[in-house]
Amino acid sequence: MTAPVLVLVDHTEGGAVRAPVRELLTLARGLAGDAGVHAAWAVDGVEPSAEVVAELGALGATHVHRVVADADLHLSAVLAEALASLLDATGAGLLLLVSSFENKEAAARLAVSTGAGVVTDADGLALVDGRYVASKTVFAGTWTTTCAVTAPLAIVALKPNSVQPSPAEGAPAPQIGEHVVAVSDKSRRVTLVERTERPASGRPDLGSASIVVAGGRGTEGDFSVVEELADVLGGAVGATRVATDEGWIGHDAQIGQTGVTIAPRVYIGVGVSGAVHHRGGMQASGTIVAINSDPDAPIFEIADFGVVGDLFTVVPQAAAEIRRLKG
Amino acid sequence: MVTWADGNVPRVRIVVCVKHVPDIQSERALGPDGRVVRDGGDGTINELDENAVEAALALVEASDGSVVALTVGPADAADAVRRGLQLGADEAVHVVDDAIAGSDVIGTARVLAAAVRHLDAQEHVDLVITGMAGLDGLTSLLPTALAELLDLPALPLAAELTVEGSTVRVRRNLDHASEVLEATLPALVSVTDQANEPRYPNFKGIMAARKKPITTLTLADLEVDASRVGALGARTEVLEAAARPPRDNRVLVQDTGDAGIRLAAYLVDNQLV
Ligand SMILES: Cc1cc2nc3c(=O)[nH]c(=O)nc-3n(C[C@H](O)[C@H](O)[C@H](O)COP(=O)(O)OP(=O)(O)OC[C@H]3O[C@@H](n4cnc5c(N)ncnc54)[C@H](O)[C@@H]3O)c2cc1C
Ligand SMILES: Nc1ncnc2c1ncn2[C@@H]1O[C@H](COP(=O)(O)O)[C@@H](O)[C@H]1O
Repeated sequence: MTAPVLVLVDHTEGGAVRAPVRELLTLARGLAGDAGVHAAWAVDGVEPSAEVVAELGALGATHVHRVVADADLHLSAVLAEALASLLDATGAGLLLLVSSFENKEAAARLAVSTGAGVVTDADGLALVDGRYVASKTVFAGTWTTTCAVTAPLAIVALKPNSVQPSPAEGAPAPQIGEHVVAVSDKSRRVTLVERTERPASGRPDLGSASIVVAGGRGTEGDFSVVEELADVLGGAVGATRVATDEGWIGHDAQIGQTGVTIAPRVYIGVGVSGAVHHRGGMQASGTIVAINSDPDAPIFEIADFGVVGDLFTVVPQAAAEIRRLKG
Repeated sequence: MVTWADGNVPRVRIVVCVKHVPDIQSERALGPDGRVVRDGGDGTINELDENAVEAALALVEASDGSVVALTVGPADAADAVRRGLQLGADEAVHVVDDAIAGSDVIGTARVLAAAVRHLDAQEHVDLVITGMAGLDGLTSLLPTALAELLDLPALPLAAELTVEGSTVRVRRNLDHASEVLEATLPALVSVTDQANEPRYPNFKGIMAARKKPITTLTLADLEVDASRVGALGARTEVLEAAARPPRDNRVLVQDTGDAGIRLAAYLVDNQLV
């Protein structure tokens, strides 16, 4: 028993597919079998280009739906209505989303309106005896759980860096369709007065980067050492709440329970103590490296490689050496 | 930052949802049934709900409004609303019923929705405020689900909250964008830890809280169908839960001049970069 899978395609204002969507499509392909993978593109001012459609197809999308609504699809109520009608139209048994705050809002609404079972922040998903079974870590990454969806419809929000994306072999070009939604009055009660998308930093996106270098209070506001190491590694720059509260770097760089949750292949904490709120957002990382002058800093309890030392000498030395080794 | 604009300050009634969770500094665990282990007595109000209480109190301070602290949970969850009273809430409601155990987020939202409706029938509720997430499960699903069930406009993740007349406005920071949302009261808002700095209860508040009763309600009082909440109504089922083993082969080096070089070698030798 396999059902079609619907995948929401997160994209930038410029019309580029966000990296974690590749993971969703790779996963969806395996779960849908011959039933088909439907990619939903919210036309919120930007159309999917021919290259985008080809990219989605190469990853296994059999259908690409241009979702057009007579209200702003950035509003979760509007998006949820559109997705509910697309779930109906495609007969999908599973909706896959990137686990972001916005998508979780749509998921919460859909859970109420469709009766779906929802798992957020999942890091894996399989079909076991006809049920979707998701895995996720809880309690600041200290516990792993698996969770079955018992309702007929499943909604799973997947954390970035959970699946190795890969192209589908011999995938035919997807069918393109238009899905027009007339939004109810009820979903128009919130007005989006203003929306400002942050410009791309030139570095990888924090939420989906495979290497993240995070700076804390120990940097005393000098993020240049953090940035230098990130750049030599091709990684993203993150921070603790202390660093963002101090204004050393934007709030969008905050890693932790009230910031971004990340699980990169490598996390490097620079002058970060490893408070439980911060750990909640990074403890599921593949390899954890920490540089801290205090041998008793809690981050060393979870670090695979820890250096007790002054970040202002250790980090530039490491960056120079990596540059040398990589030639 | 929570402000009423000057001038037209109506009397508002705010319900603030507070959750009782295991202390995040404590050793947290899941039981064989996949539920959060709640004994050991180190439960506390969800830290982020203190921001919700603060937002509610700051709003009513500018008017003669009132704040009701509301929780759904087992007997010791009463601590969460008691904390709300100590901080300055006027009333407290605790929904407790054995049938609620094992609820998923939607089940909890159904009970909270019924309780808000119950309160609204007594006296009109203008605003429901929640925290941005429970630091136990971190689903963040509840606020929007509750708004959907109550048929209220939702303005989640407020880093700034303003109410002007009957218009509520929220600034929020998302992963890739920041937004300003607006709606007309009644509405539901969830607040982040950026919204304000929660106050501490003072002696006067603690003494005053002793005299304020906590109203206890059951599912029957709220006319909630018990089969739609609790383990019976849940649409997800935890199959397995295990503490992760500690990371092995951990290395800690003291810098004696070449730690940066050793760090680089570790990353390169293990093909991490
Ligand atoms: C409700 C709530 C939510 C929160 N959410 C988050 C969150 O999402 N993310 C988050 O990060 N925090 C969050 N916090 C804050 C969190 O509790 C910690 O305060 C914060 O993570 C600490 O940041 P830090 O490690 O930069 O600073 P500190 O804890 O002050 O640590 C700085 C470290 O730098 C080291 N150091 C100093 N100088 C040097 C040097 N020259 N070389 C090397 N090391 C040096 C010190 O030894 C120390 O260990 C939250 C708090 C609350 C109450
Ligand atoms: N059992 C509960 N009782 C009262 N409020 C709750 C309960 N569960 C969740 N909430 C509220 O919903 C917010 C988000 O919780 P969650 O969706 O569980 O992460 C919390 O910050 C609380 O304000």
